[in-house]
Amino acid sequence: MSVDRFTGGLPAGAPSPGTSFTDLLRSLDLAPEWKGSGPEGAVQAPEGTTVLALRYSDGVVMVGDRQATEGHLVAHRRIQKVFAADGYSAVAISGTAGLAIEMVRLFQTELEHYEKLEGTRLSLDGKATYLARMVRSQLPMVFQGLVVVPLFAGFDEATQEGRLYTFDVVGGRYEEQDFGATGSGGRDAKSFLRGAYRDDLDESAALDVALRALIAASEEDTATGGPDIQRGIFPNVVTVTAVGYSEVPGEQVAAISSAALEGLR
Amino acid sequence: MSMPFYVPPEQLVKDRAEYARKGIARGRSIVGMEYVGGVLLLAENPSRTLYKISEIYDRIAFAGVGKYNEFEALRVAGIRHADLKGYLYGRPDVAARGLANAFSQTLGNIFTHEIKPYEVEILVAEVGVNGESNRLFKVTYDGTLYDELGFCAIGGQADLLTSTLAERYQEPGSLNATIQMVAEAFAQVEQRQIDGWEAAVLDGTSERRTFRRLTQEEIAAAFT
Repeated sequence: MSVDRFTGGLPAGAPSPGTSFTDLLRSLDLAPEWKGSGPEGAVQAPEGTTVLALRYSDGVVMVGDRQATEGHLVAHRRIQKVFAADGYSAVAISGTAGLAIEMVRLFQTELEHYEKLEGTRLSLDGKATYLARMVRSQLPMVFQGLVVVPLFAGFDEATQEGRLYTFDVVGGRYEEQDFGATGSGGRDAKSFLRGAYRDDLDESAALDVALRALIAASEEDTATGGPDIQRGIFPNVVTVTAVGYSEVPGEQVAAISSAALEGLR
Repeated sequence: MSMPFYVPPEQLVKDRAEYARKGIARGRSIVGMEYVGGVLLLAENPSRTLYKISEIYDRIAFAGVGKYNEFEALRVAGIRHADLKGYLYGRPDVAARGLANAFSQTLGNIFTHEIKPYEVEILVAEVGVNGESNRLFKVTYDGTLYDELGFCAIGGQADLLTSTLAERYQEPGSLNATIQMVAEAFAQVEQRQIDGWEAAVLDGTSERRTFRRLTQEEIAAAFT
C-alpha cells in the first residue's frame, strides 16, 4: 500500500489486526516493555491500595481510595485510581501504581482507537478480554514483585445492565455478579460487602454501601487511606449507567463519607 | 536494452492531474462550515453505513471524497497519527495543522512517485477551544494544502459550491440555519434531488471528544 511506503509524516506499516493501537506501537518499536531483571524486590515503587466496585439497579459504582504506599511509607495521598476506560466503562487499579497508570492510559487509547477505526465500540466482554491480555503481558514483571491487578466495570449496551470483572495476576478474568474488590484492603472491603450487599440497591444506597466498604477496609488495612476530612481528601467515586460514565461530585462524596464516619463514633 | 520514451515533466504532471480530477469530479461533494459553537460537516451520501465523515481526535474531524479505498486508507493513517501523538505526548498536542501537513506530504509523495495519483480530496476540520478560532483545511490530490476561513467545500462541485456559499455566508449562524444554508447551496448547484445526507458536528461546547454524528431524525428536524 503506497501510504505505508511513502509515509510522509504518517505512521508507516499496517499492523495486523489493523485496529489494535498496541500492535501499531509495537510495529514502530514504541510499545511499553513489560520486562525486568534482577532479584525480586530490587525495585521499590509506590503501590495503589484498595479499589472496589459493585452492581446496583442502574449499573455499577466504583470506588478507589487516594493513597499510594511504598513499604510502610505513604508515597502519595491524592493519587487517582479510578479512571474512565471509555464513555461506558471504568477501570480501577491496584498494585504498582506507575505501571498500572501506564496500562490504563494504553487501555484507554486502545478502546478509543478501535472505536474510531471501526466506527463502533468494542463489546463490554471484548474490552474485559483485552484488559486481561494486557495484565497477562505484564507477567514477567510479576516475578520482580511488580504486580498490577485492575478492576473493570461498565454498562453493557447490548444487555442494558451493569457488569463487572475482576482479574488475577496472570490475566485471569472473572465476571462478578454482585461486587468485587482488589488491592491490599480488598479482602476487608469484600468481607464488609458480603454482609452489606443487597440485590436491589438504588443509586444512593449503592454509593453509601460502597463508601462504607472502603472505610471498613481503611479501618483494617493500614495502607488504605479512608476519607481524610482534615485535608479534605475523599475517595474517587464513579458510576456507569445507561447514560454512560459519570464522576460523583466531590461534595456528594464528602457528605456521604462524613455521615458514614459519624456512624463509627 | 530499450530506452524508455522521454516524457516531459510538465506533460506528466498535467496527465496525472487530469486523471485525478476526473475521478474526483464523479464524487459527491462535502461542505464544512462554522456555526455558533462548533463546526458542521455536511455531505451528500446515499449510504447509511459507509461514512465519508469521521472522527480523528478530540477536536478534529476528517472528510474525504473520491475513491473510497483511498480516502479510507488516509483516514486510518490520520487516526493512527493522532492517537500516536496523543499517547506519546498529550491530548492537547494533537492539532489539525500538523495532521493536514502530514496528509499534504503523503498525497504529494503519492502524486509524484506512484503509478497513479490518489483520486481524493480531504477536509480536516478543527473546533477551537477557549476562544481559539476554528480551522478548516483542504488537501487536494497533489498535496496542495489550503487554509479556508468560515467554510470549505471539497468534491466534484467544490468550486461551484464555494462561489454559491460565498454569496450566502456572512458569519456563523445557528446549527439548523447552517444546515439549511448548506443544503440549499447543494440543491442550487446540483440541480437535482439530493440522494441523502450525512452530517456530523464538532461541538465546541462538549468536553474532550467533541465529534458527534447527527442522526437522520436530527438532520430532518433541521429542515422544519
